[in-house]
Order: sequence, then structure tokens, then C-alpha cells
Amino acid sequence: MELVCPAGNYPSLKAAVDNGADAVYIGFRDNTNARHFAGLNFTDQRAIKALDYARNNNVRLFVAINTYAQADQWSRWQYAVDACADLQVSALIAADMGVMAYACEKYPELSLHLSVQGSATNAAALELYHQQFNIRRAVLPRVLSLKQVQALVKKSPVELEVFAFGSLCIMAEGRCLLSSYVTGESPNTAGACSPASAVRWEQRANGGMDTRLNGVLIDRFSAYEQAGYPTLCKGRFKVQSEAEEKIVHALEEPTSLNTLNLIPQLSEMGISAVKIEGRQRSPAYVAAVTRIWREALDACKANKNEFQPEGRWMAELSKLSEGSQTTLGAYSRPWQ
Amino acid sequence: MQTTLGPLLYFWPRQDVFDFYEKVSQSGIDRVCLGEVTCSKRRELNHGDWMAIAQLLADAGKKVVLSTLTLLESESELSQVRKICDNNEFMVEANDMSAVKFLSSNGLEFCTGPSLNIYNAYTLKQLYKLGLKRWVLPLELSEKKLTSILQQAEELKLNDKIETEVFSYGYMPLAYSARCFTARVNDKGKDECEFICRKVPQGIPLATQENEQLFTLNGIQTMSGHCMNILNRWQDMEKQGVHSMRLSAHSYDVLDIADSLISSIKDNKPFVSELSVEQCNGYWEGGSGKDQFYREVR
Repeated sequence: MELVCPAGNYPSLKAAVDNGADAVYIGFRDNTNARHFAGLNFTDQRAIKALDYARNNNVRLFVAINTYAQADQWSRWQYAVDACADLQVSALIAADMGVMAYACEKYPELSLHLSVQGSATNAAALELYHQQFNIRRAVLPRVLSLKQVQALVKKSPVELEVFAFGSLCIMAEGRCLLSSYVTGESPNTAGACSPASAVRWEQRANGGMDTRLNGVLIDRFSAYEQAGYPTLCKGRFKVQSEAEEKIVHALEEPTSLNTLNLIPQLSEMGISAVKIEGRQRSPAYVAAVTRIWREALDACKANKNEFQPEGRWMAELSKLSEGSQTTLGAYSRPWQ
Repeated sequence: MQTTLGPLLYFWPRQDVFDFYEKVSQSGIDRVCLGEVTCSKRRELNHGDWMAIAQLLADAGKKVVLSTLTLLESESELSQVRKICDNNEFMVEANDMSAVKFLSSNGLEFCTGPSLNIYNAYTLKQLYKLGLKRWVLPLELSEKKLTSILQQAEELKLNDKIETEVFSYGYMPLAYSARCFTARVNDKGKDECEFICRKVPQGIPLATQENEQLFTLNGIQTMSGHCMNILNRWQDMEKQGVHSMRLSAHSYDVLDIADSLISSIKDNKPFVSELSVEQCNGYWEGGSGKDQFYREVR
């Protein structure tokens, strides 16, 4: 299985390459990619430097142009695709049918991967993208159980890549409008979920902290709790169950996905690549996660039957996780 | 301007569904989308039941559309979608690319629902080549964004070939998950849900700790906390070239609203409806989806 790692900037890219990534994915510095945050991503010049570093180290470079092209800014997406073709990147990761059609007609030799934002969760959808745009690989949304992934690999006309570690999106990616419902900006339109400009942290008199998104109270922390980033799906809200009204993480707790102990199964069933999430994270984070996953994948390759995640790997990954909690997410049926 | 009644997004007891569509058959609504689009476990009505309702509505002069499941996770769900796409009678609304695949392979014309991501006319062109006849603007796009898409469609010579529909009234389905939130709130797993969503026929309201109504939980779906209402913009939409306005089937009240809208359209008069505190403008005016303000008809 290929280890695909994130890079929000050049130091992160070096960290990923130096610590054993097989491929690194980046985005350009605008809303053509789903991690459009201030200070992140690559200009054309930086992308050339990134490409050189990756190529010199025998690592593949993917570019994500995985937001949906806004009609009034169409040329921006065209330009981004042209840039990928000029750079001769190893793959272009896209979600928008219009963008894919443009890429596939103009640059038939450019390898296309269907982004997780494309929301393809079944064989028929994958066949459509394969038939229409000749995609070589698809990244699966984080909604399928391990059994369902296994069934899909058997039917899929293309390679499949799955999320292995990082922030846990609990909604089918590409079809979540929670962020724009509250802030006006979403991954699909602006390349941002819960945009930083809409975030407010408010210290309370009792030492606690309120976190808000565009004025909406997402969570209220006591003085003893560590306040998390106000992502809509991970807030604490008031809901009425059959029994009582309660304040709970009604959608999901702040937690990260960690599938380290699924490596043998994923590899056995024919998954082509595992993806690390986190283009918005620091180079130190990318270095640590890449190194651990490299060691784990190599250990599994050397002796699949005996593979056990080492305690030190799990401890370190746990430290790098949201709220220091990890989960198998949808891969594990009881989570659903 | 035509009116479309979107699919029923909630889980209602079988008889309630039949009673509701009996009333729909007597309403002035032009087009009705039918079928289970939210959760494949909801099987109070089987395929035959839906086809019977479709026939009832067709006999009453309605255009009938069969809608497919939005989020597919298993092969059995894929077969359900295929079965609907293989019906040889009614047009199908694709809510996932799997349906587009089946319909285009069958050489059938189709329409798409709001969960298919169409943000530009180049995407419309691809889908048109596969058989697209009518599309619904994604919920998070504004009037201004629609103008840009339709201008681009004009450049691509698509405008007279495809009809545009705008979600104009109802609780908006905003997100889909592997997890059933209705079950979770009641401390149940998805596999042991006991169809608890039947007890909340309009979903579970979710509020912030400051009691601001934010979302509505409906099984695997997270919906808007406020009911979107932009019916007063029908004349602007018509000028833009919108062919149909969609009202979501969330209660019997929607039929009264539909009838007042339809009489405004017939008389070519503005539709006047002050926004109530439970309502919002959705994304139509730009800004965030939950904005609430009343805009005078120009």
C-alpha cells in the first residue's frame, strides 16, 4: 500500500518525503483546493521546488484541485489544471465533473484521481467516473464499514485509497453544507470548513471558554477542559431524546481517525493507498505521523501474520490526535 | 413557473404516507418526487407501494418522478437504486452518481436532486451528454451564483436544453453520515435503531447551549434548523429562467403553502409571506444559509 502524506507548505513536504512518504499531496494557494487557509499551500514557484524535492527522492507528487469550480471563477480552475499538466505531476486529485472533463480532454496523459469530495461510495459511481474521465484511483469517503470497503474493492474498476489517520470527517465529504449554513463558506465553494475568520474564542469569568463560529455558540468548556476548534459537527448541543433533554456531542466527539491496526486487513483486501489527513498541520506533525506509518507499513509487509501496532506508535499518534482520542470511525460498525 | 414537491425526507408510518399523497393528488402541485432517499432501512413502503402512489398521482394529472437514495453504502442499496432506474414508466431523479450511471447506461433521460454537485455549466454539459433534462441548484448556492451558472450555460448553448429547479421551501438536507444521529441521541446503535425516527416525524431539533435553534436531526441526515422560505422570489426566479420551484414534503401545511403560491403564479401576482421566526432565507440571498430576513418584493 502506498503511503500518501499531506503537505500544506514546503517544510511539511520535506518532512513527509524525509520520513518515508511514497506520495505527497499539495494544493495551490487559492480556493481550488479544499484546504484553503491563510498562509497555506503552494504558489507555482513553490510547487516547482516541491516537485523537484519529491522527484529527487523518488516520491510521487499529487495536486488536489478538489473544490467545485465556481462558475464566475471558472478560469481559476482551468489555470490550476494547466499548471498541473505543466508540472507533470504524478496525479491530479479532482472532484468536479467539469474540471475532470477539462483535464481529461486537454491532457489525456495526466493521471486523474477522484477526490474524496467526489462522494463516490459505490461501484456504479466509480464506474461512471472511470468511464467518463478515465480516473485511475478514487479516495473513499469515511462512511463505509470495513466489510463494505472490502466488498467495494472487489467491484471497483479503479484503485482505491482510504483515509488512515487524521481529523475525522463524519459526514460524506463533498456533501456537507454545515459550514456554509453557519458561515457562508464551505469546502465545496470556498475550500474551507469552519473558516478561521469566523472563529471566536471567549474567555468566561469562571475561567472557562466559549467557542463560536460566526457568533453561533459551538461549545462551552469549563476551566479544566481544553477548548477545541469550533467545528460544527464536534460541538456540544442541546437535544431531546426520548428520556430527557441533554447537552451532548450530538454528532461526534472531538476525536481523530486512527486505523493503524487495520493495516493487514486493508492491505489484504487490495486497498492501493492509505492517506494521512492534515495539510493544515505543522511539519513536526507530518514528520511524526509519516515516520510511524512508514514503520508500521514496513513491519506489516515484512510479517503480515504477526503484525501488531507497537505501543509507542499508538501512544505517539494518540498525542497527535484531537482531544487525544482516536477511533476507527465508520470502518467499525458499532461506531455507526 | 412550475411547482415540484420534493421527496418525503422523514420516516412516517405507512398509512400517513398514503394519506399524505392522497391529499397531494388533490393539490395544485405540478410535479411530485417519490421514494425513500434518506435511509434504506426505512421500508414501511416497498417498491410496489411507491409505484401504486406514483400511479395514483399520475392518474390525477401530476408529473411523477422517482427519487433514489442519496448515500449508498452496501450492494443491497445499489440494487434498490438499480430497480428504480430500471422502472420503465416514470422519470428518475438521481441523488447519487450511481443512479446517473444506471440511467445513462439504460439510455434514459433523467433529472438530478440537490445532493448532486453541480456548481458550473461545464458539469451540466457532462451530465447533459449522459441524459440530464432537469437539475436542482445545490442548496448552498445563491441567486447570484445561479446567474453565473446560467450565463455559462448560455455560452455552452445549453440553456434551452435543460430545466432548472430551485429548492424554495422546507427544511434543507445539509449533510449525510454513516452514523444515525437519531439513534445516537437515544443511545442506540445504527443496527439496533428500532426505527426510533418514526417517533419523530419531523426530526429532532438541535439547539446551541444558548437555545439558538441550529439543526434538525433526521436519521443519517443533518438538516437545517429553520425552514427555508424564498417563495416570495418566484417572479425573480422566473425572469432568471428557473422552470420550477421545489417545496419539501415535510408536513400537510406544505400543501396549503403550495396552493397559495400556485394561485400567485396563476394570477401573476407577487407571493407575500413574512418570514416567521421558524424560517430562514437559505442561501439564496448570498451569505450564510441560516440568515433570516424578509425582503420586499421589488
